[in-house]
Amino acid sequence: MFRKKPPPEEERRVRANDREYNEKFQYASNCIMTSKYNIITFLPVNLFEQFQEVANTYFLFLLILQLIPQISSLSWFTTIVPLALVLSITAVKDATDDYFRHKSDNQVNNRQSQVLINGSIQSEKWMNVRVGDIIKLENNQFVAADLLLLSSTEPHGLCYIETAELDGETNMKVRQSVSVTSELGNQNNLASFDGEVVCEPPNNKLDRFCGTLYWRDKKYTLTNQNMLLRGCVLRNTEACYGLVIFAGPDTKLMQNSGRTKFKRTSIDRLMNTLVLWIFGFLVCMGVILAVGNAVWEREVGSLFQSYLPWDPPVDNFLFSAFLSFWSYVIILNTVVPISLYVSVEVIRLGHSYFINWDQQMFCSQCNTAAEARTTTLNEELGQVEYIFSDKTGTLTQNIMSFNKCSINGQTYGEVADPLGPQPKRLDFTPFNPLADPDFCFYDDTLLESVKVGDSHTHEFFRLLSLCHTVMSEEKSEGELVYKAQSPDEGALVTAARNFGFVFRSRTPGTITTTEMGRPVTYTLLAILDFNNIRKRMSVIVRNPEGRIRLYCKGADTVLLERLNPSNQELMNITSDHLNEYAADGLRTLALAYRDLSEDNWESWSESHRCADKATNCREDRLAAAYEEIEQDMMLLGATAIEDKLQEGVPETIAVLSLANIKIWVLTGDKQETAVNIGYSCKMLTDDMTEVFIISGHTVQSVRQELRGARERMIELSKARDGGKQEGMEGWGEACFTSYGLREGQEGGDAGGKQLGCPPSSPPPPPPPPTPPPSYLMDSISGEFALVINGHSLAHALEADMEAEFVSTACACKAVICCRVTPLQKAQVVELIKKHKKAVTLAIGDGANDVSMIKSAHIGVGISGQEGIQAVLASDYSFSQFRFLQRLLLVHGRWSYLRMCRFLCYFFYKNFAFTMVHFWFGFFCGFSAQTVYDQYFITLYNIVYTSLPVLAMGIFDQDVPDQRSLEYPKLYEPGQLNLLFNKREFFICIAQGIYTSVVLFFVPCAVLSDATQSTGVPLADYQTFAVTTATALVIVVSVQIALDTGFWTVINHICVWGSLGCFFAIMIALHSQTLFRIFPNQFSFIGRAQITLLQPVVWLTIALATAICIVPVLAFRFLKVDLKPQLSDTVRYTQLVHQKKRKPVSRGVERGWRGTNSVSEGRLGARGGSRRSGYAFAHQEGFGELITSGKNMRLSSLALATFASRHSSSWIDTLRRKKHTHTPPSASGESSPAPSSVSGSAPPLSNSSSVLGGSQDTPIEEETGTATAQKSQTVLTPSAQTRPAPASDSEDPVSQTPCVGVLTATAVRAHGGDSPGGWTITLGTVQEALFGWRARAVTSNNQASPAKDINQMEANLGHE
Amino acid sequence: MGKVKEKPGPLARRPDNSAFKQQRLPAWSPMLTANTVLPFFYLMALICLLLGVWLLLTVQSTHEIKKDYTDLGTCQLCHEMRKDVSNANKPCSCRVDIPVEKALKGDVFIYYGLRNFHQNLRRYMDSRDDGQMLGRQNKLKDPSTYCMPFRKDKDGRPIAPCGAVANSMFNDTFILKYHGRSGPEVVPLLRTGITWYTDKNVKYRNPKTQENFTLAQEFNGTAKPPFWGKPVYELDEHNPINNGFINEALIVWMREAAFPNFKKLYGVLHRAQKPFINGLPVGNYSVEISYNFPVQYFRGRKEVVLTTLTWFGGQNHFLPIAYLVTSSLIFLMAVGLTVVWWKYGKGGKNMKA
Repeated sequence: MFRKKPPPEEERRVRANDREYNEKFQYASNCIMTSKYNIITFLPVNLFEQFQEVANTYFLFLLILQLIPQISSLSWFTTIVPLALVLSITAVKDATDDYFRHKSDNQVNNRQSQVLINGSIQSEKWMNVRVGDIIKLENNQFVAADLLLLSSTEPHGLCYIETAELDGETNMKVRQSVSVTSELGNQNNLASFDGEVVCEPPNNKLDRFCGTLYWRDKKYTLTNQNMLLRGCVLRNTEACYGLVIFAGPDTKLMQNSGRTKFKRTSIDRLMNTLVLWIFGFLVCMGVILAVGNAVWEREVGSLFQSYLPWDPPVDNFLFSAFLSFWSYVIILNTVVPISLYVSVEVIRLGHSYFINWDQQMFCSQCNTAAEARTTTLNEELGQVEYIFSDKTGTLTQNIMSFNKCSINGQTYGEVADPLGPQPKRLDFTPFNPLADPDFCFYDDTLLESVKVGDSHTHEFFRLLSLCHTVMSEEKSEGELVYKAQSPDEGALVTAARNFGFVFRSRTPGTITTTEMGRPVTYTLLAILDFNNIRKRMSVIVRNPEGRIRLYCKGADTVLLERLNPSNQELMNITSDHLNEYAADGLRTLALAYRDLSEDNWESWSESHRCADKATNCREDRLAAAYEEIEQDMMLLGATAIEDKLQEGVPETIAVLSLANIKIWVLTGDKQETAVNIGYSCKMLTDDMTEVFIISGHTVQSVRQELRGARERMIELSKARDGGKQEGMEGWGEACFTSYGLREGQEGGDAGGKQLGCPPSSPPPPPPPPTPPPSYLMDSISGEFALVINGHSLAHALEADMEAEFVSTACACKAVICCRVTPLQKAQVVELIKKHKKAVTLAIGDGANDVSMIKSAHIGVGISGQEGIQAVLASDYSFSQFRFLQRLLLVHGRWSYLRMCRFLCYFFYKNFAFTMVHFWFGFFCGFSAQTVYDQYFITLYNIVYTSLPVLAMGIFDQDVPDQRSLEYPKLYEPGQLNLLFNKREFFICIAQGIYTSVVLFFVPCAVLSDATQSTGVPLADYQTFAVTTATALVIVVSVQIALDTGFWTVINHICVWGSLGCFFAIMIALHSQTLFRIFPNQFSFIGRAQITLLQPVVWLTIALATAICIVPVLAFRFLKVDLKPQLSDTVRYTQLVHQKKRKPVSRGVERGWRGTNSVSEGRLGARGGSRRSGYAFAHQEGFGELITSGKNMRLSSLALATFASRHSSSWIDTLRRKKHTHTPPSASGESSPAPSSVSGSAPPLSNSSSVLGGSQDTPIEEETGTATAQKSQTVLTPSAQTRPAPASDSEDPVSQTPCVGVLTATAVRAHGGDSPGGWTITLGTVQEALFGWRARAVTSNNQASPAKDINQMEANLGHE
Repeated sequence: MGKVKEKPGPLARRPDNSAFKQQRLPAWSPMLTANTVLPFFYLMALICLLLGVWLLLTVQSTHEIKKDYTDLGTCQLCHEMRKDVSNANKPCSCRVDIPVEKALKGDVFIYYGLRNFHQNLRRYMDSRDDGQMLGRQNKLKDPSTYCMPFRKDKDGRPIAPCGAVANSMFNDTFILKYHGRSGPEVVPLLRTGITWYTDKNVKYRNPKTQENFTLAQEFNGTAKPPFWGKPVYELDEHNPINNGFINEALIVWMREAAFPNFKKLYGVLHRAQKPFINGLPVGNYSVEISYNFPVQYFRGRKEVVLTTLTWFGGQNHFLPIAYLVTSSLIFLMAVGLTVVWWKYGKGGKNMKA
C-alpha cells in the first residue's frame, strides 16, 4: 500500500520484452489501488482519521478529564458510551465503503489481458502487466495500460480507437504504429523485439506524448499518434500489439483522475464552525462559573470549611476555581452534543436509502435504480447552485438520427400532429431489402416521392450515398456495417441506404452503390475533404454514363453562398426550412451539386495537382483550389439530424433553471455541436438577450472578450431597464441603441474591443486588473449565455484571469465550455468553488468526467452506459439525466430541509438541557453539581430525545414531492442557505437558553416552598432533579411535535415511545432492585415513583411547558401568517384546495412528462433567429486516407487505380496537423462569426477570420481599407490590394450598419492607445451576432434597419 | 417487502413500491392556521386562569408561622457562645415566643429552616456512603473514599455515618410549649413518620450481624462523626427503635436540599389529646431550643416554622400567581395575534403572494 516513492522521474526508459531491465526503475505496476485501508491498517488508520475530527478529539479530551477525581463532576460513562457509539458507527461505515472500493479495484485489476511472454501469448491479469510487456488487444477490448502501438492486423499498422472514456469524444480515432514495428507483424517477430523507448515521465496530458524509440541503432520519433491510452477501446481492428509504457497509476487516465478527496457538505463545515463557537461559549461559561466559584469560595466557602474542608490539593479559592472550571467544562459539554454526529450520519443514511429506493428514479430500460454512493452529501443536494454537465452520454444519447429533410423546397419528416397518436414507423423492408431495420422515419411522403422517382429526391439521396468518408463492411450479402467517423455522417448514409440508395463499398477510386435495387459504380475522382474552415466536403464522381458531377454538403452558411444565382427562390425556401430545423435544435446540412464538364474537370484537376504538390502553403493552396470548384452549385436541399437528447433533458433543464440553478455544459465536443445541443436542450434560447462566444487565442484577446461581454451585459441590462420606460420595444433595437451609444460616449479601449475589427484597432492597453464591482454584475438583468472554447478557457483559467472569467460567466444564465480537457473541467469546477462559495454539482458519464466529478461538491455519474469510471468516482449515480431534477428538487430539498430542522432542534434541545446547569451553578456555590442524575445525562441524548428528532430528520416533508417539482422556486431557500445558518443557529440557541431558564427557575421557585401532602418538603435535590428532567423531556417532546410537519406512524411511535421510555427507564433506575445491588450508584431510589405522584410536580411541569411553548407557538403562527415562505403557501393552498385538487401552477406545468408546454414555447420563438445547426463532428484527413487507399484491405487495393496524387502525403498531413495543432484549428475556431451561432453574416465573419490570423480565407474586403489605414495595423497585402467588391450575394441592408460600426471603431481606435497583440475579440462575435440580428430584423420588419442606420449615424455624429 | 426481491426481467432491480420506501406513508401534516392556533391560545389562557384561581384559593386556606431564632431574644447568648469553637460541647438553650393568633387547624407540621446552608455543593453531596447507611458490614468498617475527610477518625476508626453530610447534621432540638389557661403545656410532637417511605424502609438500614446484638454492639468499633455529641445509636433517647441509621431526623437531614435556603420537617403535632385534637388552638406558644447548631460560621440563619397543609402542600404562593400571570400573558398574546391576523393575514391573504 505504501509504495516507496521513487524520486520523481525525469525520463522513462522502457525496453521491450525485458522485465529485468525495466525492473531496475521500479515503475509502478498496473495494479490500481483506490482503497484506503487493508485489514491490518484499518483500525489504527481509521481511528487516526477519526480523531482528526475536532469533535472526536474533544470528546476524548473530556473523557480524560473525567478520569481526574477532583474534577470529575460526571461519571466517565456519560462520555464514553456516546463516544464509543460514534466511533464504531463511523468505523463500520468506512469499512463498508472501503470494502466496495476493494471490490471494484479487484474487478479492474483482475481483468484478463493477453501478454506476450517468451514468445507465446499468455493470459494475465491486468494487475500483473508490467511496463515493457507486449500485450495483444482484440477488437472492442479496453486498453489495459498506456501502450505504444507496435503493430496491428490492419494495413500500415493502423488501428482505430474510441476515446470516449478519456475525452468523451465518441468518434473514432486512428492510431498508427511506427513503420518499422508495424512490419514486425506476428507475435514471433514481436517476441524478439527489443527496442528501447525513452520518453517523458508520466503526466496527465492526453494529447501529447513525446519519446524516441531506439532499435537496431536507429532512432524513431514517437508521438501521441503512436499511443494507445488506457481507457480507450479498440474498434474496427481485429487485433493489435502494444508495448506497455505507463502502467497503473502512471497512466494518463489515472493521472487525470485527480485525487480522491473527502467531501464535506457546507452544513458539515457550518456545523464544525458552530461546534467551535459552542466550544468557545462553553469556555466562557466555564470561566464565568469559575470566577463565581472563586468569589463564592472566598466569601462563603471558606466559612463553610468546617462542614466541608477543601480537598487535599486545594489550598486556596483560586485553585478551587481552576478545578471548578474544568468540572464545568465536563458538565456543560453536552452543549456540543456528542450524538450530533452519529445522528447526522444516521439521517443521511436514511436519505440515501430513500434515494436508492425511489422508483421514479429507476430506469426500466437499463434496469438500474438510482444509487447514493456516498451517504454524506445528501443535504448538499438541496443547495446546489451550479451544475456542470458533460454533454455526450449525459445530455445526449450520442445517437444521431436522420430526422427531417428538405428536398427541392419540400420539407419532409414533419410529424403532422405532435399531440396526435404516435405515427407509424415506416417499414422499409418490402421496398428495400438492404434497409437498416433500426432506422426510424415516420413521414411516408418521402418514401412515396422516392418510389415515384422524383429526380430531385433521387439526386438528394444519391448525394448522401456518395458524398462521405464512411467505410462499409459487408460480412455477408445485405448485412452492411458502416464505419463512420462521425455519427451524424453515419446517420446520413444510413438514411440514404434506407431510401434505396445503398452505399455498398468503396475503393480508393470507386464507390459502389445500389440505387433503387440497381448496382451502380461511380468513379471517385476526388474528395474535397472537410475541415473546420471550409465547413463542407465535396466529392467529384463520374457516373457510369460518364458525366462528372460534384456533390457537396456543408454548413448552410458556407454552402448557400456558393450557389448558382438561379437558385435564389429555392434557396429562400430552403433557408426557411433550415431555420425551422435549427430552431428545433436539429443539426443541419445543406446539399448541393454541380455538373462539371470534362474540360472543367481537367483544368481543375491540373490546378489541384499543383496545389497538392506544393511544398509550402499546401494547405492554403489546396483550400483555394477547392474553393474554386465549389462554386456555382445547384441546391438540392437540406438535411436535419437529431442529436438525440436523453429523455426529458430540456424539461429538466427548464425546471432546474427555474429553481435558479445555473447549468454549465463542459464538453470535449466542438463548439458548433455544443452550441447546438445547448439550443436543443433549451439551455440557450432565442429569447436570450445575447449569447457571447469567447474564442480568443491569447491571454489578451480572451481578456478583452470577457471584458467586452461584461460591459455589454451591463449596457444591455441598463438599456433594457431604461428601454422599458421609454416604451422601446424589441430587444434588438435596444441593443442596437445601447451599442451605438456606448460607442459614442465612451472613450478608451473598451469600445474598440467591442467591435473587434482586429487589424484596424490599436492594441489594448495593459489590462486594468480589477473586474467590475460585483454589485454591478449582480444587477444585471436579462438572460445571457456564454460559449467559451477550450483554448480560450485555458487562458481564462490562468491565475490573473480567473476573477475576470468568473464574473463574466456567472452573470450568464448558461455557460457552455467546449473542447475542454478533463483537467480543465475540474479546473472550472474548482474555480467556481473558489470564487463563488456556491455548491457545485458535476454530472457526467465518462472517464473524462471523473476529475470534474471528484472536484465538485457533488459528483453524479450516469450509469448504464459503457464505462463505469464516472460512476465509480461519483457520489450519486443514476441512468438518466432527467432524474437529476428529482434528485435535487425532491430528495435534495427534503434532505436539506430535514437536516436543517434536525440541527435547529438538536442544538435547541441540548442548550435547553445543559444551560440548566449553568443557572444551578449560582445556587450551588458554583461547585459543578449537576441538576440531573448522571443516568439522565447519559441517556438524554442517546435515548430520550434521539428517536423523535431522528424520525423528523428522516421522514419530514413540508410539501409533497410533486409540489416541489411543480414549484421549483421551493428550492431557493437551500441555495440561499436560509433554513440553517448562523442566524437560525442563534435563534435556536436563544430559544434553548430561554427554555433552560424557565426549566430551572419555575421548579426552583415552586419547589423551594412546596411540600408533599404528608408535610415532607419537596425542596430536596432529588425531587428537583426529577421534576426538572421530566419537565425538560416533556418540553422538548412538545417542541419536536411542533417542529414535525409530517406525522407518519413512525413519528408517532418515536415521540410517544420516547416519552414512555423516559418514564419507564426512570422508574426502573429508581427501583429498589438496582439500589440493592449498587447503593452508591442508584441513590435516587423511589424518587420517581413518589415525585411523579405529587400534583405540585405536575402543575410545575405544566406551567413550565406552557411558558416555554406558548411564545414559540405565537411566533411561528405570526411568521406563517405574515411572512409565509413559499412552502407554507403551497401547503396552505393544498389545505384549502384539498377537495378540488387544482394547484395553481406557478412553475413549469408538469415535470418532464409534459413536454408540450416547452416545445410550444419553442415554436413561438421560432423564426426569431437563425442558426445553422451544422453537423460534422469529425476531423479532416479521412478523405485523404480513403483516396490513398491506406486503410483498405490489400484485396480491395488491387483495384486502386487512383494514382494521380502523392499517396504518401496523407499521413504526413495528418501528422503535421497533430504537431502544429494550433494554426489550422485556430483559424477554424477562432473565427466565431461563421460559427453556428453567429450564422449568416458573411461580411463580418470574414473580416473577423482575417483577424483570427487565417489569411487563407480569401474574403476580407469589407474590413475596408479605410479601417486598415487609419489604424496602421497590419493587414494582409491581399486584403489591401483587393478592392472591396460586393462579391457575395449579400443584401446591402445588413451590410451597411456593419460598415458603419466598423468605421466608428476605427475612429475610436485611432484615438485610443491600446497595445496590439490581440487577434480576435468578443467584439467580432457580437458583431456577427449583431449582423445576423440585423438581418433577422430586416426580414421581419423593413423599417427597422433604416432606423438602425440612423441610429448608427447619430452615434457617429456624436463621436 | 422482502419477498418480491428476485423477480426476473427488466424490472428485477426496481425498488419496491411500498409506501415506506417511496416516502408516501400516510401522514398528518398539521399547519399553524388561525383556526387552530387562536382558539388554542384562548383555551390555554382560560385553563391557566382557572388553575391559578383554584390554587390561590387553596393556598389561602393554609396558615404558616415562621420565626427566625438565630439571635432572637435569649438565643442571642447561645449564638454568641457558639461562635467559639471551644464551647462546642457546652449545652445552651434558649426560648422563643410564638403567638398564634389564628388556630392552626388540622395537622400541624414543625419545620426547622436553614438559610445559606449549602447542602447542594457537589463535594458535600458526594460525601456520604449509601452503602454504609444501608447497613452493609464492609462499608460500615471501611466507608467509601467519598466520605473523605470524614471517613475515619484520628484513631483510624471508621466513622458511622461517614461523610460531610452526616457530620453536619442539624442538632438543635425544639420543645414546643403551649401557654394556655392551664399553664405551660408541652405540645406533643411525633418525631417519626416524617420521612419518605422508601427512605425509611429501603434506603436506610441498621447493620445486622447477629440476632441478639444491640444497636450499640452493631456499631462497635465505629466512631461518631466529629461534630456529633452522641453516637448514631443514641440519637433518639425516647424511642429506641428510632436510632441508628434509621433515625428519622438523620434520614431527613441526609436528604440533601436542592437550594441553600431550605426547611426540613422536624416533627408533626401529635393530635391524640386535648387541646390539640383539632390542631393548635389560638394562644401563646414558646419553643425551648437547645441551641447546638452553629450557623455564624457561614452567616446562616435558623428558623422554626409551624404550618398547616392542604392536598397541595404548604403555603406556596408562587404557583398560583405564576399561573395567573401566565394566563394573562397568554390572553394578551391571543388578543394580539387575533388583531394581527384579522388585519393582515385573514383568509390566507399573504398566501396569495
